[in-house]
Amino acid sequence: MTILAFFLWSLLKVAVVTVVMLLGVAYTVLLERKVVGRIQNRWGPSRVGPFGLLQPLVDGAKSFLKEDLIPTGVYRPLYLLAPIIALGCALISIAVVPFGAPGIGPHGLDLFEISNVNIGLLVILGVTSIGVYGIALAGWSSNNKYSLLGALRSSAQLISYELALGLSLVGVVLRAGSFNLRTIVEQQATKGIATWNVFGGFQFLAFFIYLMAAYAETNRSPFDLPEAESELTGGYHTEYSSMKFAMFFMAEYANMINVGCVATLLFFGGWTSPFGDLIPPPQNIFVQALVPIFWFVAKVFCFLFLYIWVRGTLPRFRYDQLMNFGWRVLMPLAILNIVGTSLWLAYR
Amino acid sequence: MHLILFFLFAGLCLAGAINLLLQSHPINSALSLIVVMTSLAVLYLLLGAEFLAAAQIIVYSGAIMVLFTFVVMLLNAGREERTLGSRAARIVGFPAVAALLAVLATLILRAHGLGAAALNQGITSTQDLSRVLFHALLLPFEVTSVLVLIAILGAVVLARRDPDEPSGNRERTAAE
Amino acid sequence: MNFLHQAVPLSWYLLLSAALFSLGVVGFLIKRNLITVFMSIELMLNGVNLSFVAFAHQWHAVKGQIFVFFVMMVAAAEAAVGLAIIIAVFRARATLAVDRIDLMKL
Repeated sequence: MTILAFFLWSLLKVAVVTVVMLLGVAYTVLLERKVVGRIQNRWGPSRVGPFGLLQPLVDGAKSFLKEDLIPTGVYRPLYLLAPIIALGCALISIAVVPFGAPGIGPHGLDLFEISNVNIGLLVILGVTSIGVYGIALAGWSSNNKYSLLGALRSSAQLISYELALGLSLVGVVLRAGSFNLRTIVEQQATKGIATWNVFGGFQFLAFFIYLMAAYAETNRSPFDLPEAESELTGGYHTEYSSMKFAMFFMAEYANMINVGCVATLLFFGGWTSPFGDLIPPPQNIFVQALVPIFWFVAKVFCFLFLYIWVRGTLPRFRYDQLMNFGWRVLMPLAILNIVGTSLWLAYR
Repeated sequence: MHLILFFLFAGLCLAGAINLLLQSHPINSALSLIVVMTSLAVLYLLLGAEFLAAAQIIVYSGAIMVLFTFVVMLLNAGREERTLGSRAARIVGFPAVAALLAVLATLILRAHGLGAAALNQGITSTQDLSRVLFHALLLPFEVTSVLVLIAILGAVVLARRDPDEPSGNRERTAAE
Repeated sequence: MNFLHQAVPLSWYLLLSAALFSLGVVGFLIKRNLITVFMSIELMLNGVNLSFVAFAHQWHAVKGQIFVFFVMMVAAAEAAVGLAIIIAVFRARATLAVDRIDLMKL
C-alpha cells in the first residue's frame, strides 16, 4: 500500500471514529439524564422527539447560541487553552482502541482500529495523564477561588489515583506479556467468558481497583470533588460558559467512554463473544464483521450504565476520605494483586 | 517521513526550550517545558525507544510537571522580577556555555561513524528492555527503589508544616 | 517523494541534545524564580537523555535506554524532594526570588 492510500484510509477512519465518539458522548449524556431521572422517580427529558431522543441536538444548539462570556480577571491564553486540552486528550485515547475483529479491510489494513500500537495501553495511560492539565489550568487561569480549589483538588486526586490505576493494570499485562491491546484481548478470548481476565484470570481484585481509580480519574461521582457543586459552586469550570463549558462537559463523558473501552478490553474480552466457540462463526462476511462490534458496544454500554447507576446511588466522598481510600486501601490492594498474580504465574 | 517528523518535533522542542527562558511567569515556563518533554517523547519513538517514549510522557509530562504546576498554583507564584543576575554568571557562565556548545557541536559534526536513524529500524521492544533490566541490572534497579522510598520520606518530612501540630490534611501535599 | 524515505543522521539528534542542555544551563543562570531554575535543571536532564537514546540507537545497546530509565527515576525523586524544599523555603521566606534567598539563617 502506498503512503498516500495509507493516509487517506487513516483520515477516513479518524473522521468516522471521531463522529461516532461525539455521537456516543451526546447520547451518553441523554442516557445519564434518563437513567438518573428514573432512579429519582421522574421521567428525565421526554419532550424533544420520541422519548426525548433529539434532546442532545437541542442541547448542542443551545450551547452554541449562548453568549460566550470571558470574565475580565482571567489569564486569557490559558483560559482559552484549557478546554481544548481537556477535550483533545479525551478524544485522542480512542485512537489505539481496537473495537472490532482484526484483519478485516482492504490491503491488509485494519478497519476496526485506527492504529495498532505495541504500547497501546501505555499510550492510553499517557494521554490520560496529560488530560490533568486541562482541569488544572482551567482552575488556575479562571482567577477564582472556587475554581482554584477545584483544580488543586483534581490534580492531587488524579496523581494519587493514577498510581493505583497503573498498578491495577500490571496483573493483566503480566498475564498477556504485552502492552498491545489486541494481544491482551486475544490472550483472554480463548474460551469466552471462562477465560476473561476478570473471571478465569482471577483479576477481579484488579478490576475492582481499576473501576474505583477510573471513577476518580474521570472526576465522576462519588469522587466528583473537583466540581462538587454544593461546596465549590462548580469547581474548575465555574467561570466557563457556552461552548467552552460544553467542551469540558463532553470531555468528561468522552473519558467515561474511554474508561469503559479500556475495562472492556482488559478485563472483559474486548470484541470477542462471551460464548467463545459455542456459537459457530457466521458465514456472511458482513455479519462476521459486525458481530464483534456489537459485543464491544454492548460491553461498553454496560459500563456506562454502571457509571450512571453509581452516580444515582452513592453520596460524595469527603476529601480526606478520598485521599485515605486511594493511598491506604487501593494502593496496598493493587500491590497485593501484583504479588499474587506473579506468584501464580511463576508456580502454576 | 522521518525527516519531516524530526524537523517538526525538534523545532517544537527548541521553541519550547527558548520559550521557557523568555517567559516571565512560572506557569508559562512549566507549559513550555511540557511541550519540550512531549516532543522529546516523539523523538524517542523515532529512535525506536517505544517504552521510553511512553515513560517520558507518563513520568515527566504526566507526573513531574503536574507536581511543578501544582506547586506554582499552590504558592501562587507571580511574575518573576527581572534582575541583572549574579556577576559570576555574566562573566564566567555565559562564555562557558557558549564554549561548551561550540566544543560539543564541533565534536559531533567531526565524529566519524555516526549512523543514521530511519523509520521501522532498530526498534527496541519492551521485552528486550525488561530482560536486561531484570537480569543484568537487577541490583541497581532495586537500589533505585530504595532511593525513591527515601525521597518520599524526605518530601514528607520537608513539606510537613509543624511537627507538633496534628497533621490531618497536611500530609496531602507531602504525600505527592 | 525521495524525502519521504530519507534517514536522519544521528549527529542532528546529538546537536539537538547539546542545544537543549546549553539552553538549560542558560536558564539556570538567568532565571530568577526558584521553580523556573529547577525547571531548567529538568531541561538539562532531558537534553542528556536524548543523547543517551541516540547513542543506544547507534550501538544497538539496550543499556543506553536503561540509563535513561534510571535518570527518569532519579528525576522523579529529585522533583519530589526539590519541590518539598521549595515549599519549605516559601513558608520560611514568603518569596521565591533566588536573589532574596541568600542567607543560611533568617
